[in-house]
Amino acid sequence: MNFELSEEQQMLVDSISKFLQNDYDFETRRKLAVSELGYSADNWKTFAELGWLSVPFAEENGGFGGTAIDVMLMMEAFGKALITEPFIPTVILGGRLVEVLGSAEQKASLLASVIQGELQMALAYDEPGARGNPACVATQAEQNGEGYSLSGQKVMVLNGHAADKILVTARTSGGLTEADGVSVFVVDAKAAGVTVTAFPSMEGGRAANIQLNGAKGELLGVAGAALPALETVLDEAVIALGSEAVGAMEVLYKTTVDYCKTRKQFGIPIGKFQVLQHRMVEMFMAHELTQSSMYMAGLRNLEGGDVAKKAASAFKVQVGKAGRYIGQQAVQLHGGMGMTDELNVGFYFKRLTAIDALLGNPDYHLNRYATVA
Amino acid sequence: MDLSVKPEYRQFREEVRDFLNESLTDDIREAGRLGTSVFHDKERAMAWQKILHAKGWAAPHWPKQYGGTGWDVVQRSIFAEECLKADAPQLIPMGLHMCGPCIIGCGTDEQKAYYLPRILSGEDFWCQGYSEPGAGSDLAALQTTAVSDGDDYIVNGTKIWTTYAHYANKIFCLVRTNKDCKPQEGITFLLMDMDAPGVTVEPIIGLDGVREQNTVFFDNVRVPKSNRIGEENQGWTVAKFLLTFERGGQEYAPGLYHYLKQIKAIAEQEGDGFGGRLADDPHFMRRVHEAEIEISALEFTENRIKAALGSGQSPGAVASMTKIVGTELSQKLTELAIEAVGVAGLPLQLDALEPGSGVAPIGPEYALTAMPRYLNTRATSIYGGSNEIQRGIIAKMVLGL
Repeated sequence: MNFELSEEQQMLVDSISKFLQNDYDFETRRKLAVSELGYSADNWKTFAELGWLSVPFAEENGGFGGTAIDVMLMMEAFGKALITEPFIPTVILGGRLVEVLGSAEQKASLLASVIQGELQMALAYDEPGARGNPACVATQAEQNGEGYSLSGQKVMVLNGHAADKILVTARTSGGLTEADGVSVFVVDAKAAGVTVTAFPSMEGGRAANIQLNGAKGELLGVAGAALPALETVLDEAVIALGSEAVGAMEVLYKTTVDYCKTRKQFGIPIGKFQVLQHRMVEMFMAHELTQSSMYMAGLRNLEGGDVAKKAASAFKVQVGKAGRYIGQQAVQLHGGMGMTDELNVGFYFKRLTAIDALLGNPDYHLNRYATVA
Repeated sequence: MDLSVKPEYRQFREEVRDFLNESLTDDIREAGRLGTSVFHDKERAMAWQKILHAKGWAAPHWPKQYGGTGWDVVQRSIFAEECLKADAPQLIPMGLHMCGPCIIGCGTDEQKAYYLPRILSGEDFWCQGYSEPGAGSDLAALQTTAVSDGDDYIVNGTKIWTTYAHYANKIFCLVRTNKDCKPQEGITFLLMDMDAPGVTVEPIIGLDGVREQNTVFFDNVRVPKSNRIGEENQGWTVAKFLLTFERGGQEYAPGLYHYLKQIKAIAEQEGDGFGGRLADDPHFMRRVHEAEIEISALEFTENRIKAALGSGQSPGAVASMTKIVGTELSQKLTELAIEAVGVAGLPLQLDALEPGSGVAPIGPEYALTAMPRYLNTRATSIYGGSNEIQRGIIAKMVLGL
């Protein structure tokens, strides 16, 4: 067994770390997060130039031929700086779903633009009350000559405010939660019948709810048979999102330890109090265990099938538990300062809180873990 | 030992209910519904205080001679419960609950006659100047100085976490009047005007994006000695009185039950991801029921404390226990709420949270307050003596460790 990074992987992580150190300090991130776009279009170009947007795609599709492990390492590095650029929505949820499900033509027309940083994408799959279950789809697709017309409501669409093309899940047959009958469609964000309600998200950055009223959609893959591909890509996204959380957890526990070494009360640094020391030891262990869970999920993802499914869900549960503990304790140990938006602590705490709810919360994934063989 | 309720209490509850029905306007109730912190919308909370004051009910916990109601602890609980049920906003506590009792306990007759009616009417809006950048949990380390100059003190220093200082015309402060003694022995309790020359206020934005708190700077502020409560260098005794009040004077269970009810209502409306209702999801509901059981244990702890208070005993350090358990349970409930609303809790909607804004929420209305409340409630285990400090008090004062 070997957990060492390959030379290529090390170079990738180093180049990301260097970029974040030079161009993504906390004040820059703060401004980006509340900007109209919620991220930097210039940064996105840089990501493309450095080849980062090509990582998970096969070489035959113009990609770097990387795996979930490579994405995992990238996202862990991104998480340390809380980047708001839409890597997961555009590259994983959008691009990867096109790669897994799309026709040769669709791949050719969409993936090159994603890799070159010219196309923003989103996956609109979650619905009110669906709690991240991709099979729980009420949105309907009606065949209409050559194409389909879509009607329904999608919530918390990551990058939905900026996406040019939105992948939308809709039913071509079957009841509300049936596995069969779920299809994916490519929808132009500007098409008639698409209403995008953009909003700032509580942790910085933006997202959107999307209403479809007879919007025109182009089928991606085979009608009614999209769920397995959807799950594959959502699992990759869960690993990516969880890895981002692991990066954020590392910064958060280390920041807390540093603070407790310098903040003095009762004449001594508060880190000398045993009750706080033990709390920080718990934070440290929670991060270590979650990082291990990340490696587990990344490596088992390569095996595919139920093993990969279980591993992704297990990781999301672990991320939720550790993220909540580390986030809450970081605020508590920073005292009043942790409650302000002056320090970065609150932003990491909020990002971890959002990650917990996104792509299926721990309850959903615990349930999925139990039901997958 | 019994649980029977005297008929006169049932009658009292009816009387309170009728009054709330008649006098709570929709506008005022909206502020109660949209509140995501213990500090509700200032304008509407003060409007509600005026209505209560006209009825003589603004300060149920004050002695009758100073404008209190003369209610016993049971009546006060009934009143608090009915206010919650009716979505009445919480009154801003700094004057009524913090400074007022201290003036009642330690002020001169003159001070009582001047300040107490102004607190009741809302003419004076108070904020609390205790914590400093270097004196949080270790409050006695405070450095703001008051130097005697004839009939005045000259005050210099910085206070932090001053909730609603930007609305206040008055601040009650702990200041250092003697450095050559044990830290606790050189502190004095002063009442100051916020519009005095040399006072400046700077905002602190919370992680929920809201300005609730401030930093207050004093630069050679002149304060008449007649504004001192208690003797010089005796401020710690006054402060301890107030801190005990902040800790033990509050019942948590009624508010917790009220919030739990709201979470159950959310679960009735939310989906479970499989076509059913969240209220039928045994995993989620198990946590709801566990929380309810914990609240009932706290409720009866508080009932025992109330009974002891009623028979003239002091709850002492046990009050620290209700602060710890009450705040941690409220944090647990806010976690259940954000889990219940799911991703609908993620849009940041500061406008829609503003009472009277008329801005429609993104997503269901019941999801609007869950996340800000979760974030804001993290502060409850930090302020009023952090829960680490409270556990230390119990270890020392109750267990003798």
